[in-house]
Amino acid sequence: MKNKKKHEKIIFQSEKDVPLMPMSLGSMLFNKTGAWRNIRPEVDLSNCIQCGICWKFCPDVAIYIENEFPVVDYDYCKGCGICAEECPSKCIAMVEEEK
Amino acid sequence: MKKVIMGNHALSWGAQLGRAQVIAAYPITPQTQVVELLSEMCASKTLDAKFIKVESEHSAMAACLAASLAGARTFTATSAQGLTLMHELLHWASGGRMPVVMGNINRAMAPGWSIWTDQNDSLSQRDTGWIQFYCASNQEVLDTVIQAFKVSERLLIPSMVILDAFALSHTYEVVDIPDQAKVDAYLPPFNPPVRLTPSDPHAFGGLTSPEHYFEFRYKLQKDMEKAPALIEETGREYEKVFGRYLGLVEDYLCEDADIILVTSGTAGYTARVGVDLLRREGIKAGNLRIKVFRPFPFDKVRQILARAKKVAVVDRNISYGHHGIFYQEVKSALYGADHEVPVFGFITGLGGRDITPDTFREIAGLTLAKGRPEEEITWIGVKR
Repeated sequence: MKNKKKHEKIIFQSEKDVPLMPMSLGSMLFNKTGAWRNIRPEVDLSNCIQCGICWKFCPDVAIYIENEFPVVDYDYCKGCGICAEECPSKCIAMVEEEK
Repeated sequence: MKKVIMGNHALSWGAQLGRAQVIAAYPITPQTQVVELLSEMCASKTLDAKFIKVESEHSAMAACLAASLAGARTFTATSAQGLTLMHELLHWASGGRMPVVMGNINRAMAPGWSIWTDQNDSLSQRDTGWIQFYCASNQEVLDTVIQAFKVSERLLIPSMVILDAFALSHTYEVVDIPDQAKVDAYLPPFNPPVRLTPSDPHAFGGLTSPEHYFEFRYKLQKDMEKAPALIEETGREYEKVFGRYLGLVEDYLCEDADIILVTSGTAGYTARVGVDLLRREGIKAGNLRIKVFRPFPFDKVRQILARAKKVAVVDRNISYGHHGIFYQEVKSALYGADHEVPVFGFITGLGGRDITPDTFREIAGLTLAKGRPEEEITWIGVKR
């Protein structure tokens, strides 16, 4: 299960080794889905009213509240833009991701 | 404790005694009372479960799947159009190995819009990888829900407990409500080997390449093949504690029968009355009621039907362009048997048309009149 850390492709040779449920083989702690993102949310904290709506609406639980302000977890944020859409003070901008 | 309850409430009682932890359901006639009583049980805390109201059956099953993955014992109930709306999620439940237990009230599929019974809703879910139990009494419904939790959780395969609309769902019968402590001893808490948890986060049901998909399906079938023996084992265990055996099939006077009438659901108990009438008329009839349709109990069916001179399969369903669905299963079970038995196929009772003891007398008469079946379907009761 820890092999994913080394980024090796896992191919089982026998059905006996295949898990019962179709599931990610490494822990999601190592599967950083933020890599899928094309646009990133950037929060202008000077206009943030600390309402927590972005935290509540994020479908990937990729926004944390730290010291009462939102912090985006870019390891898992897929850039859907729901936080920017829902922000009542419009302080979240969706910015083109550079790869 | 004995109570007079309707079939739908037998499902709710089964879920309560089984200590379901999450219930997500959407009401639909003729299933509504299942959900009504469960919501009352949750509100009054006689059942310590999270009751999730949803906007459709598709969402009901989705909520159950997530809860099951998180390690909760989950229950839902539906019927006909609701069941077929869930179809995609039924594959998710079995493929993802989430042992949800669901009550389904057999109701004919629209159009024409119907609320009365036939089996085409659940039989259309034949290949979704669910265990299917067809019940014939309210007692059997309650007992089977408890057994289904045990079987499903042991194999990580979901189960459907099925009863006929109105003929059972709204019919009141005396039901023995088992003692909670005894049910707890029979059914241990659900403890899946892998679960959705923050301490070891995984993604479930994600992209699976051709390198492994085949093996997942192989393992599902291999575990499904263990179900017949497990159903018999847990059924005997249930009998030891509660005095009622829960098996794959139920046979009535098949031992010396010349003609065996094969049925499922409530038609099975009607057939018994038909068998008694036929016996009084000097015809050695018997009834085989198939309770478990998936996995199909091939061995049992072969073993019992091999003794008969004639077999008549009575289907309250149809596979269009083929014939009765139990008829095709029974024929495939008997293929290659040492002793060839002529098998006749009858379709009757679609859309809630009554099946009566006389229906079985007519079927027995037609079967005994011919050496071999001359048609794949003999229709009983069509106005022609």
